Amino acid sequence: MYLTRNVIRKTEFLNADEDFKTGASVIFLGMVRAESEGKKVLYLDYEAYEEMAEQMIGELITSALDQWPLDEVKILHRTGRVWLGQIAVAIAVKSVHRDEAYQASRYLIEKIKYKVPIWKKEYFADGTSQWSLCGSEHVNLQTSY
Amino acid sequence: MKVTVKFFALVREIAACDEATLDLPQETSCEEALLHLENTIPGLFSILRRCLVAVNGRYAHPDTRILVDDEVAILPPVSGG
Repeated sequence: MYLTRNVIRKTEFLNADEDFKTGASVIFLGMVRAESEGKKVLYLDYEAYEEMAEQMIGELITSALDQWPLDEVKILHRTGRVWLGQIAVAIAVKSVHRDEAYQASRYLIEKIKYKVPIWKKEYFADGTSQWSLCGSEHVNLQTSY
Repeated sequence: MKVTVKFFALVREIAACDEATLDLPQETSCEEALLHLENTIPGLFSILRRCLVAVNGRYAHPDTRILVDDEVAILPPVSGG
């Protein structure tokens, strides 16, 4: 399960592997910030097409493991209400050397942001709210993920 | 044929429901299903132009034919992360 309604804690991603093979551990944390397009944010609500999102994230991990020699990939993405400073998405990639861990981490967050059916609604201090469309259309379907 | 279509995010809010049952001709394409939905719920007109359709949990091409018992979902531009 890659989606969770529970608070994501960074300590969940800090453990060393038991046989100390890992030389590089890249942890990406996407966090809720207080400002969006000049407006003060109070919190976000995340919604997902859960069955499809779970399957796609699993396939993205498989794809990353096929492309780079990785020891471990762990992903958690929030659904429900996420407050300022909380973690919305966490991606942990472990490998022997740093280059493949950085590349795989970047690959995974970009695919999650632009492909996986998850949506966030921003709630602002002025009482308004809006679904974030990330200022973009859907990414071309011909792009493989 | 009757096909249940799931809505998410902005589409769900405009439609004011999580899903709707459409009565579509046999072998309707995803693109045709979107047009049918536009006529059924006119408020969706502008957002549907930016949506993709998923069939059975996979992004579907506009020409993909919808079959009885398929799970169809309307996906507005995503914004995870």
